[in-house]
Amino acid sequence: MRTGLDSRLTMERSGFHLDMALGIDPGQTVALLGPNGAGKTTAVGALAGLVPLDRGYIRLDDRVLDDPATGTLVGPAERRIGVMFQDGVLFPHLSALENVAFGLRSRGVPRREARRRAAGWLEAVGLDQLSDHRPGRLSGGQRQRVALARALITEPSMLLLDEPFSALDVSSRAGLRRLLQDHLAGFPGPSLLITHDPTEAFLLADRLIVLENGSVAQEGSADQVRLRPASPYAADLAGVNLVVGTASGRVLTVGKHRLLVPEAASGQVIATIHPRAISIHLERPGGSPRNSWPTRIERIDHHADRVRVQTGHPLPVTAEITPDAQTGLNLAPGSEVWLSVKATEIQVNAG
Amino acid sequence: MTEDHQDSIGTSRRSGSRFRPARRPPAFIAVPAAIGLALFALPVLGLLGRAPWSRLATLLGSDMALEALRLSAISSVSAAIISLFLGVPVAWILCRYEFPGRSLVRGLVLLPMVLPPVVGGAALLFALGRRGLVGSPLYEATGIVLPFSTGGVILAGVFVAMPLMVLTVEGALRGLDHRFERAAETLGAGRWTVLRRVTIPMIAPSVVAGIALTWARALGEFGATLTFAGNLQGRTQTLPLAVFVALESDRDTALALSLVMVVVSLAVIVALRDHWWRNG
Amino acid sequence: MARRLIAGSFAILLFVSCAGAGTRGSDRVEVLVAAASSLTDAFRDIEAAFEEAHPGIDVVLNLGGSSLLREQILARAPVDAFAPANVAIMEEVRAAGLVSGSARVFARNTMTIAVPAGNPGGVTGLDDLARPELLVGLCAETVPCGRFTRQILLKAGVTARPDTEEPNVRALLTKVERGELDTGIVYATDVRGADGVIAIAIPEVYNVTTDYPVAIMSGTSHPEAATAFVAYVLSDEGRVLLGRHGFELP
Repeated sequence: MRTGLDSRLTMERSGFHLDMALGIDPGQTVALLGPNGAGKTTAVGALAGLVPLDRGYIRLDDRVLDDPATGTLVGPAERRIGVMFQDGVLFPHLSALENVAFGLRSRGVPRREARRRAAGWLEAVGLDQLSDHRPGRLSGGQRQRVALARALITEPSMLLLDEPFSALDVSSRAGLRRLLQDHLAGFPGPSLLITHDPTEAFLLADRLIVLENGSVAQEGSADQVRLRPASPYAADLAGVNLVVGTASGRVLTVGKHRLLVPEAASGQVIATIHPRAISIHLERPGGSPRNSWPTRIERIDHHADRVRVQTGHPLPVTAEITPDAQTGLNLAPGSEVWLSVKATEIQVNAG
Repeated sequence: MTEDHQDSIGTSRRSGSRFRPARRPPAFIAVPAAIGLALFALPVLGLLGRAPWSRLATLLGSDMALEALRLSAISSVSAAIISLFLGVPVAWILCRYEFPGRSLVRGLVLLPMVLPPVVGGAALLFALGRRGLVGSPLYEATGIVLPFSTGGVILAGVFVAMPLMVLTVEGALRGLDHRFERAAETLGAGRWTVLRRVTIPMIAPSVVAGIALTWARALGEFGATLTFAGNLQGRTQTLPLAVFVALESDRDTALALSLVMVVVSLAVIVALRDHWWRNG
Repeated sequence: MARRLIAGSFAILLFVSCAGAGTRGSDRVEVLVAAASSLTDAFRDIEAAFEEAHPGIDVVLNLGGSSLLREQILARAPVDAFAPANVAIMEEVRAAGLVSGSARVFARNTMTIAVPAGNPGGVTGLDDLARPELLVGLCAETVPCGRFTRQILLKAGVTARPDTEEPNVRALLTKVERGELDTGIVYATDVRGADGVIAIAIPEVYNVTTDYPVAIMSGTSHPEAATAFVAYVLSDEGRVLLGRHGFELP
């Protein structure tokens, strides 16, 4: 019997059908990506035990959590799955400390002991100074840290992270991402990260699953999904270019290449550039010269209404153009071209 | 013309008045609001103006006044407590469970709010009176007679006031984000823990508001009480009944008792408001 | 569904109010008569007969405890004619300068013991009002009916043990009629008009007689119509109707 999560989630809702196989090994993090309405929330509900499956099964380690065929259904309270909800969903009437201690108190841990351990967890997420604050007085990022501590304190068998970054600004995202990276690395069970932000998925997950219209559109490593998107959605959201480099002021250095970025930053950063923001020219373009560079086309992928062009040195990126443009420019693998991208099209995330 | 227009925009921008929060409400709001407030304030002022201030202590020290005060305190507080323990579950059922005829049941629950209390009292009599639907077997079996007893006063109070509790709490439950309860479940909380540590604390401000409203309504209850429970000093004669009876013979006592009701009600409502509704 | 229900209700209300307005021509003079609640049935008959005889006048009855009506009149309620159950109350209104002309007694009433049909309490006389196991209702002392009751009990030497003191006689009668009370003392006329209530006579030596005076209020805005109504109450037609409801006639 395999350990970790082994499941097949099949659910019928009015006009909606979810059917996906989902297995996650212990210590592994899988990111579930997909557009709104793809079924991500339904999958979370099924795994957390908030909505029963119609068919299929959910097994976690040696326990069957849901199996309609045998009538087995373990309630959310007994599943031992830690959930970090979208927007935190912290109890507004309890302090940060009491929020974190809630899971232990619910499992019968004495008050004093629960509070002591909760204080330790708040320290672990860097919030020990704010333990008596209610959620209303915490920032979005601080609330998510409390939510993470609250989910982890009960030592769950599995971790569900439902859109943990959706309500955060860029600077809080980086901090929370680093915190999650640390805690996911140390977490022994399987973790599922629900997100619609490919950057977070690439950075936190070992494996990506793209969910569309209730079924798996693509599954694979970050690179597989990014470079060979199997659907327009995957291409659109997972096909962004990730550029890791060192920032100094508004200049981002990647290897020997320099990019002008819209806002000042310093140190290690991750920049994202959407493929459609990159233009291809046959000759050196005018305008902002700093974000244009000569390169060679390595590969061209044709999709229904777009063409993805992969380029090589000095900054390997993927550009996306229309079939008409490809014909007009007469592009083929091996063509020498100029690329350009406006500084404002580059999104910088602290690394 | 055009220049004037531009000029005025320019002026207002410069002064920044367009973005400043209004200091004074416009007349089309202020005038009806003032009339509305006057409708509340004038009767109270009228009462204060006619109140027999110098003899207040003597008038309120009479047996009739003291017993009415005591009875009103007991019956209104009891009615509020019973409404709490019965009304919250009713609100819960109405909010959380689907069942056929739910909208009819909701209408039934709110009926006492729109029925004239006298009709409510008569209905109570038909149901729970000594010859009533339930009252008759109850009397045969136990000898208990609800009308003309303090229990009857409390029952009448519950009947007219509980809808306010149901309404307030159902609104709060409806407005409560279910995700909080779900989050608690995923943290290992059983139904009782979820209820005790999440749901009830989160709707507590509304429950307290409901208690205040039901208490105030029960305190002021007159028609159903008189019809169902009658009027006997020390047993069923609450403040409103005492005021009504005294109004016909001893107006000063009636005014003194009315004054007590105004002061006590206002004090409790203002205190509760400051304490709970501000946070809630 | 709900919207249709609401729309329907409003339509019915509108229809009813329009229909009401149609029969009640604005050219009719409105006479507001404040009358003791013990006069309810008799005055409803008189109102109907009077309006038939005087199509131009619309009589509006304000029925209630005499003391409450007195309070309303003393507070300058726009009453055109007043008929309390007690001469003393009329005198108080007169003392306030609110009576126009003279008050005339048009009916008399006596008190009686009322019991529900079947007389479950086995009441035979005034003494039974002291039985603790019976549910006894009296009129509140503040209304005339209550004062008469206490005069009777005092004369008979009975200490009644009331379970309720109703502020108006109609409420008391209803509770006896429903069997919620075993007995009560009401006006003789009340029992005559009620089904399911039996009268047990009070011996004449203990009983009291009350006079019903009627007068025009000095604040009336329709003196002719008010005069016509009062005249009708005192007329032979009026006396017939009052007699039919059990009132003794002066």
